[in-house]
Parts: sequence; structure tokens; C-alpha cells
Amino acid sequence: MGTITTTQLSWSVKGHRLLDSIDMAAHDGKTVGLLGPNGSGKSTLLRLLAGLRRPDTGTVRYDDTSLDDLSRRVLARRLAVVEQDVSAHHHVNVRQVVELGRTPFRGRFDALTEHDRRIVDAALERTDITDKQHQSWHTLSGGERQRTQLARALAQEPQEILLDEPTNHLDIRHQLELLDLLTSLDVTCVVALHDLNLAARYCDHIVILDHGQVAAAGAPEAVLTPDLIKSVYAVDVLVDREPTTGALRITYLAATATRTTTAKPLRLDA
Amino acid sequence: MTMSSHKAAAPTGTGITGRETVPVRRRRASTVALFFLAGTGLLVSVVAASLLGSADIRPLDVVSTILRHVGLGGIAPTPPLPGLLDALVWESRFPRVLLAAAVGMALAVSGAVLQAVTRNPLADPYLLGVSSGASTGAVAVLLLGIGGSISLSTGAFAGGLVSFGLLLLLLGGGRVASPSRVVLTGVLVSQFFAAVTSVILMVSGDANSTRGFTYWLLGTLGGARWEGVTVTVVIILIGVIAIQFFAPALDAFTFGWDSAAALGINVTAARIWLMVLTSVITAAAVAASGAIGFIGLLIPHAVRVLIGPTHRTLLPLSAITGAIFLIWVDAFARTAFSPHELPAGVITALLGAPAFALILKRLES
Repeated sequence: MGTITTTQLSWSVKGHRLLDSIDMAAHDGKTVGLLGPNGSGKSTLLRLLAGLRRPDTGTVRYDDTSLDDLSRRVLARRLAVVEQDVSAHHHVNVRQVVELGRTPFRGRFDALTEHDRRIVDAALERTDITDKQHQSWHTLSGGERQRTQLARALAQEPQEILLDEPTNHLDIRHQLELLDLLTSLDVTCVVALHDLNLAARYCDHIVILDHGQVAAAGAPEAVLTPDLIKSVYAVDVLVDREPTTGALRITYLAATATRTTTAKPLRLDA
Repeated sequence: MTMSSHKAAAPTGTGITGRETVPVRRRRASTVALFFLAGTGLLVSVVAASLLGSADIRPLDVVSTILRHVGLGGIAPTPPLPGLLDALVWESRFPRVLLAAAVGMALAVSGAVLQAVTRNPLADPYLLGVSSGASTGAVAVLLLGIGGSISLSTGAFAGGLVSFGLLLLLLGGGRVASPSRVVLTGVLVSQFFAAVTSVILMVSGDANSTRGFTYWLLGTLGGARWEGVTVTVVIILIGVIAIQFFAPALDAFTFGWDSAAALGINVTAARIWLMVLTSVITAAAVAASGAIGFIGLLIPHAVRVLIGPTHRTLLPLSAITGAIFLIWVDAFARTAFSPHELPAGVITALLGAPAFALILKRLES
């Protein structure tokens, strides 16, 4: 388990500020949901957290170490990334994909050790994809691909996992199973999600982004209020508790005609 | 964690625990067997192909001649051949077989690397225009005298690097292009450099040199002489071994650059090194033998079917298989229609075009 913190993280492309002074933290073993409309900066923030893009200003820290002081390889031994909609160009099978997770631990010429193989077996088992381990990636359904990618991430034995809309293209059962699995792991997760109800149900902490800024952050019941959802998503909602489980429930009523936004417009000065 | 009530619903993989790892073990055993088979095949091919031709020589004579010339005459199993036959084996056939092996090795490995770097199963140094660019560089140095005293190989290397750079530039750097876009861009690069080569040939060459170059451009190993062969073999061996260092990176490229970086690979460095090394071995091959196509397509695909896509084994086995393949193609090219000799590139194209169609069909399904 590990903690990810960012301080005053900003990033712009061609003068468009896509992320503006983001302060957030994901603590030991917690599941943090990143919410916000399309283009609000969720994927960009995940890329900065993963060190795949360098921030213009600000820092990302893993425990007490700045991302700048971690080599790619050392980082990959504690942080796994599950991207959105990846595609493979040739016929790899499920097991070979999961074995990629051992890359940061292997020397250039090392064969997989018995230890590596046990970890791969366990990751396949954990994501319930052992049955398909010799099947080609191209023949898998969306849900099976997502589980394979998650198994690959688990094979990295991560302390933290970043996931970009992992429930996309999954049917409802697989959405629930995937998030059940994620939250049951002893791993700090930062997960971008579209579905507010899933976020309310599974996340310990929620960060809502709007136009590259943090619109709100906190526990689901504190953050997911009708006013805030209306201001960020321009949708009228009813928020109540589901009578049998007592879980937070968000019902979409209507898209508001005009966006009564409280967030600042996109800033062009950089 | 707050939502613990939902965790009990986590799926448990009952009933499928304890699957044996036998398939993995068997696969590893068969990989070792394949390497042994391929290595033996290469040695046998070198000797057997050196036999083929008009003179009557026995296999052990070839072995003895080679041993004697590399200073191991003490263990040679047969007495020396007459001077003329000795020269035929040592000065003509053996260097040509060695060159065929090196060129086949370079082109097969180059194809495997290009397929991973462009993330496209249809990539091949010939189809993507790298061979064409290397030809232009070689012709420019030879006929225009560009660069003063630099060698033909250096010119070919520069041309290969420029065409590779142009290809990646047209493909848009970091983004992943569709297979059809990669191939069409390759056609573009290839046609452009072929046109430049033609212009140089027409403007600067006399009729004789033009005919010679046109034959060379089709891809032939007929020009094999020891001084050139040694340099080519050494460059290609070093390049192929160096590329092996990037096998983990090539595997990690399966899901793209960001995915590879997240697995701890230094993507920028790996891509630059792979681009340079691929250009070096392709250029060395083209400088020695012209543009022989489709080996980079045929061999890695065939090897993948046998042992899977993992580059730690795919690269070395492709290297050996490519070497064997071109030795036999060249042996066929020089003996089948004797005394006429076919350019090896014509034969690889005859075999490669149907393979291309097959891979394309498989890609679409």
C-alpha cells in the first residue's frame, strides 16, 4: 500500500490549461474516484500521476518520494496503470499479456522464474480468467480484456493502481465484479469513473474535476449533492438513499437547459 | 474502507484452482529443441549450399576446406582439394553462403523489430521503404560522389536512416497508425526513394553501370567477395545481438508506448536505439545485396506461429531461420536455371506476395 499526493499540479497544451493547480491525495489502500464530464481532465490527471506526462508545475509524490526521483523501472515496481481501450497488434494470448506485468522485475535476458510464474497464476486466478489463459487477446470480450489488463496490473504486485474508466464496455455484472475486486485489494486505487452511482457505492473518497480544476473533493455523501452535480454536469438529479441497502442513490431527472456553471471558464492564459 | 458490505460479493474462482503448468514446461522444452534444430539446420545449410553447383565436391571436402582456411587444418577430416576447387569453395561459394546467411538474418530481425515498433504485422524493411532509402543512399554515394570518401555502406546506412525517419514522421510520431496507413505510407516512402534512385541512375550512370545497378537493386548475392562479406557479417552480427537487448521493450510495446512506459521501459531511448540498429543492419544488408524483399515479413510470422510472439525467443530464432531461408533461396537462384542466375529478390517476392495476402486476410478476420 502507498499514498499518492499531488501539490499544485498544472499542465497545459498549446496555451490551453488542461489541469490547474490540482491538490489531491489517495491514501493507503483507499479507493479514490475521479469524476467529471468528458474533457474535464480525468485522463490527463491519471497520465501525470503515472509519470507519462511531465507537469508544467507542481509535484506528484509516492509516499515521500517525488516522481522526479523515481526511475521508470522503480516506479513500475509499485505502480500499475490500466489504460482505456488498449489494442494489441499481434496474437498474444492472455497469459503472455499478464506476464508483461513482470517486466519491471526481470533482467533483459532473464527467463520467467518459478516465483514470477506463481504470481502470474495468482493474478489470473484473482481476476477469474485462468480458464482463458491460452486464448488469444483478439478473441476476448470487452470484459475479459479488462480483466486481463487488471491481471497484468496485479502481476506487477503494485502498491498503487491507476485505472481510466475500467468499467467502459462492461455489462452491469462485470462492472460490479471489477469494482468489487478492486476495492477488495490491499492496493491504493485512483479510478476515473463516469457512473456516479458506482462511484458513490465503491469509492472511499471522490474528486470531481471540472475544466481542469477540482470542483469538489471528499466522501461520496459530502460531494455528490444535487447542487454540485448540476453545476458540473448540467444535470438535475435527485439524491436519496436506496431503501433496502441504504446506499447513496442518484437519479437523473433532466439535463438543464443552460449550464448554470459556478466553475471558471477555460483559461487561455498560461 | 467504507463500502465493505459489497466486498463479500467478490467473485471467487472456485473449481478452477490448481491448474498444472505442464503446457508451459512443454512449450519451453520444445523451444530449446527448436533452437537446437535451427542451429544444426544452419550449419548443415552452410555446408550443403557450398556444395551445390557445377563441380563435384563432397560434404567433408567443404568442411575440411573451411577448417583449413580458418587455421584448424589439423582436425580436417579429408586431404586438401586441388587449388582450383579449393578456390571455388573458399573464394566464391563459402563467402556467398555466409553473406546470404547474414543478409537473411538482418532482414528477418529487422522485420520482427519493425512489426513491433510500428505495431503492424505487415511491416517489412522492403515494404516500408527502408531498403529503398538505403539503395538511394548507396547509389548517391557511388554515382554522385556525395560525402567524398565515405563508403557505399555508410551511404546506404544514411539513406536507410533518412527513409526510416521520414516514415515515422509521416506516421505522426507517437500515435499508433492503422495497419493500412503504415503500409500505404511505406509504399509512398518506397516509391519516392525508388524515383530518386532512378533519377540518379539516369543522370549520372552510363548504360553499363545502369544495367549493373538495376540488377543489384533487384537483390542479388552474386557480388559476394571476402573483403566486403567480413565487414557485412560483423556489422550484422553486432546489430542483431544489440537488438536482443531490447527484447523486453519490444514485448512491452504490444499495447502501445504509454503502456510500455508504465511497465518501466524507457520508451524514447528504446525507440531511438531500435531505429538506429534496424537501419544499420538493413543498410548493411542492402549495401551488400541490394533490396531483397519480404524476408522480414515471411520469417517472423512463421516463427511466431511456431513459438509465439515473445521477442526473447522470437528474435534469435527469426535470425537463424532467416539465415537458413536466404541460403537456400540463393542456392536455388544460382543453380536452378544454370547457367542463368536469378536475382534472389525475385524469388523472395514470388514467395512473399502470397504470404502478404495471407497475413492481410488473417488481419481482417
